[in-house]
Amino acid sequence: MLLQLFLTFLKIGFVSFGGGYAVIPLIQFEVSEYGWLSNDEFQSTVALAGMAPGPIATNTATLIGFKTSGAAGAMAATAGIVLPSLLIIVTLATLFFRVRHNSLVRSSFYGLRPIVTGLIVYAALHFGFLGNGEVAVTWSSIGTLIICGLSLLLLIRYKLHPLLLILAAAAAGIVLF
Amino acid sequence: MSNERRRLIIDLFKAFFQIGPSTFGGGYAMLPVIEREIMVKRGWMDEKEMADMISLSGSAPGGVGVNAAAFIGYRKAGVPGAAAAVIGITLPTFLIVILLSVFYLMFHDHEKTQAALQGIQGAVIALILLAAYRMAKQSVFDISTAVMMASAVIILVVFPISPIYMIGFGILAGIVFIQIKRWIGLSIQTEKEIVVNATPQSYSPEYYI
Repeated sequence: MLLQLFLTFLKIGFVSFGGGYAVIPLIQFEVSEYGWLSNDEFQSTVALAGMAPGPIATNTATLIGFKTSGAAGAMAATAGIVLPSLLIIVTLATLFFRVRHNSLVRSSFYGLRPIVTGLIVYAALHFGFLGNGEVAVTWSSIGTLIICGLSLLLLIRYKLHPLLLILAAAAAGIVLF
Repeated sequence: MSNERRRLIIDLFKAFFQIGPSTFGGGYAMLPVIEREIMVKRGWMDEKEMADMISLSGSAPGGVGVNAAAFIGYRKAGVPGAAAAVIGITLPTFLIVILLSVFYLMFHDHEKTQAALQGIQGAVIALILLAAYRMAKQSVFDISTAVMMASAVIILVVFPISPIYMIGFGILAGIVFIQIKRWIGLSIQTEKEIVVNATPQSYSPEYYI
């Protein structure tokens, strides 16, 4: 189990272009493949990961490891998702500056960037509305939508700090649901 | 290992251990803090190296904060330095996450805990949407990039394929599109033109690759 956690997050770590939110669908896919968490559990895990400092993808990995096999699992999953960064950076530290103007490298990133954007859009859709299979109009989905809309307003218009936003949303959740 | 090098490795660990918990929202929120601690306070890097570091950390897979730590650690003290910096930046958030998880397990049967988490879910969706919008501003600037982004979303929604394949698909699509453009003689632009500002605060798009 520990090895499986480590290897799964190692694999995710190697392709986690775009860092945080783009990686959430990748993690969710693997988690449901292995049946580690239910959809509801996954959603509360990501919400919890958003409350802590640091990259949301790494935090999610830590939480999933902890939930499935305790502290050792948390270490295995975190090491798995962080290790590729270390390896790749050490390898690329010198090479990258020689190849970054190479036309093949530039072409790759030309395609990679919009796809990663697509992954982030999908993460929002999936995490918010498609995760439970069907889109249902219920009090809780309307409430989530209202909180989401207000959060966007606060983030863009008033540049609210993400931590304050999370706390405000938690309070709003307690009032609404 | 000389004493001096050992001290440097311990310093790297300490510096990134302090940086780790100080930023919520991860990634690019960390960069100004790294800049202040590493460049201004400790003088470990100059502005040119900082700019290189940011472009590499943003392009490589993984969180930008962890990548930045690995890069700076490696430049200062080789592989042990990189490892020390990465452990330093990861450890505090790791402990905070475990602590949160323990609290959650203690209170998760409580009705209000679930309600609070559901509220947070709304906020996280907003944060993801904002990240998508910022990333789109950098990455979608012509018809083919718009088509690639839209098809990525549609494919992921319609087909149950692993999102990992989309990464490979993106690299392939980029190479093919540029090649086709070259054949039919269209002008080629692989990046949105970025107006480079001299101030260090200016390179902070939320997502960068």
